[in-house]
Amino acid sequence: MAQTVIDTANHIAAYAAKAARVQVIAAYPITPQTSIVERIAELVESGEFDAEYIRVESEHSAMAACIGAAAAGARTFTATAAHGLVLMHEPMHWASGSRLPIVMPVANRALGPGWNIWADSTDSMSQRDTGWIQFYCADNQEVFDTIIQAYKLCENERILLPAMVCLEAFILTHTYMPVKIPDQEKIDDFLPHYKPNWILDVSNPLSHGNILSPEWYMEFRYMMQESMENAKQLIPEIDKEYSKHFGFEHGGLVDKYKCDDADLILLTVGTIGSEAKVAVDNLRREGLKIGSARIRVFRPFPKEEIRKLAENAQMFAVIDRGISFGMEGFIAEETKASLCSQNDRPLIAGFIAGLGGRDVTFKTIEKIAKKSAEWMQRGRIEKETVWVDLKE
Amino acid sequence: MGETKIIESIKGLSKEEYLLKGHIACAGCGATIALRLLFKALGNRVIMVIPACCSSVIPGPYPYTSFAVPVQNIIFESTGATASGVVAALRKRGINDVTVVGWAGDGGTFDIGIQALSGAAERGTDFIYICYDNEAYGNTGVQRSGATPYGAWTTTTPTGKKERKKDMPFIMAAHKIPYIATACPSYPIDFIRKLRKAREIKGTRFIHLLAPCPTGWRYDASKTVQMGRLAVQTGMWVLFEIEYGRFKLNPPSDELIDKAKRRPLEEYLTLQGRFRRLGEEDIQKKQKWVDEDWERYRRYHQTMCLI
Ligand SMILES: Cc1ncc(C[n+]2csc(CCOP(=O)(O)OP(=O)(O)O)c2C)c(N)n1
Ligand SMILES: [Mg+2]
Repeated sequence: MAQTVIDTANHIAAYAAKAARVQVIAAYPITPQTSIVERIAELVESGEFDAEYIRVESEHSAMAACIGAAAAGARTFTATAAHGLVLMHEPMHWASGSRLPIVMPVANRALGPGWNIWADSTDSMSQRDTGWIQFYCADNQEVFDTIIQAYKLCENERILLPAMVCLEAFILTHTYMPVKIPDQEKIDDFLPHYKPNWILDVSNPLSHGNILSPEWYMEFRYMMQESMENAKQLIPEIDKEYSKHFGFEHGGLVDKYKCDDADLILLTVGTIGSEAKVAVDNLRREGLKIGSARIRVFRPFPKEEIRKLAENAQMFAVIDRGISFGMEGFIAEETKASLCSQNDRPLIAGFIAGLGGRDVTFKTIEKIAKKSAEWMQRGRIEKETVWVDLKE
Repeated sequence: MGETKIIESIKGLSKEEYLLKGHIACAGCGATIALRLLFKALGNRVIMVIPACCSSVIPGPYPYTSFAVPVQNIIFESTGATASGVVAALRKRGINDVTVVGWAGDGGTFDIGIQALSGAAERGTDFIYICYDNEAYGNTGVQRSGATPYGAWTTTTPTGKKERKKDMPFIMAAHKIPYIATACPSYPIDFIRKLRKAREIKGTRFIHLLAPCPTGWRYDASKTVQMGRLAVQTGMWVLFEIEYGRFKLNPPSDELIDKAKRRPLEEYLTLQGRFRRLGEEDIQKKQKWVDEDWERYRRYHQTMCLI
């Protein structure tokens, strides 16, 4: 029987690693990821979780160790946040270029200075060009399900890329919610053993990652791009298949809520997407035709879905809990880039909200939606990017 | 496996070659001579972890390689960490007859990779780490490293390095790992014996190998073996082992405790273009440091000191 546990998303992530039968974990602690690696340590040392656990001396080494372990044929896991994540920047490129299906929860946290341990997605979104698939979760159940789905996806030979599974600091990492954990045999059916084709093997000696001249480099990078494109097809398929097995579905690439007849669509990420649903219901009661589209996968970016949403909508209000300095919010950028080749484009306004863990509640979102509705009525936005609740 | 016997001469070595033809090392590359010996000593049940360094270029570009053993190339600073991952995966997969070997340059060991190496050693990672020391960043065109000796010209110390070399084996000794050795490809029997001994020991084993480099040291490529011998005969490079904390000089260094038996350092220095700018005073200073180090080695050796 599936088991319902009430626990934090961090502990749930640890249980997901165990349920995925991860073989090697290499990790280094950083708030607010710590309770993932602490719970894994308890599970491994009590014998419940049969895995090798490398307590490395830095996140850089965590990722470098994951590369070695995955290349040597083990299903591999790490987890980090913020400063730990950006310290991994170089090995993250090496991991994706090595085509290793490592899965890594990222507890989205602000980057200093000043030191701030609260929610902000600039850490992972600034890693968008590392060749990693990026999932963003809205609740603890989705964290569990996405970790299992991520291994299934990443180990598919049409993909062979690593993935981050992002969960916002404290809002998810330390918040208790009920989560259904399916039976182990059923998970094993869904996610069979990791059987890589190319591993470090003395009976078939291969050189992984040696000099790659201009004659070949582009082809290898093209294959990574192809895999990203394949992921756009496979992610919704795997999400559907998962729901057939276990009952939960998370929207594939984009979790859409009341978008079909919506004039105004809120584009969000993570838990802001959950709050957006409340705001949508409230505003619909006031007669506004509004919907919410939560971007669940940021890489590959679901530009085709964005285009489809744009066909009937008059306006997109994009809410970013992150900032690409010198430009705008990440999702706003990508949304505009996705639509620039289209003829009929909705109005697009970007809203920067909740940086460094400032609350973004349904009330904040209602305010954003009302301002957007006003601009929509006038057929013109007043500001490309609005910093929400900014102190003057 | 099975070749644990001590060989008396290189004639006793395996005829198998796992360093194949077509590698692109410089003529006279000491590190490449050592690699060939390494493969002969350990056979082909090894997995190599190699960071950015000359040895990531030497095998040649994709789709070819001249190494007939599996290689995980890795970023410059991560040999210790990536080897830890490989070791963990092999253990989890129940493979226990394969030796994991980290093979890194002095830059990848003394400088940028010291954290990952220290972490791996502290965790007791079951692997052999070999630092082949050509006393500079060879790959990028001979810049100084923490292993470059005092007075040596490099492209970033055009008037000679002003600082001394780190004492890497003793840094590793402070990690209390079970086996540390120095070696030099000019003494192949000693190197092979140490590799095979290291293979039989569990935990982190560290070998510091002097790898003369004609390109960086500015001497004729035909003189690499001679250069290594001179390094040992002058006492500039010392062959020793630290086994479970116990220090021991190895032949021929064990004959050189008496200063009179050591050739003057000048003989070694004057053959290399990188030391051309050294004045008489500098040479005396370096000779004094060698003699001081030897006083320490003598004490360790004669008291069979536990370090
Ligand atoms: C993070 C990083 N910094 C710098 C480099 C450039 N780089 C590649 S090899 C190398 C020097 C290697 O020196 P060493 O470890 O002594 O090996 P050698 O080349 O002498 O064999 C440098 C600086 C790099 N690859 N990665
Ligand atoms: Mg070097």
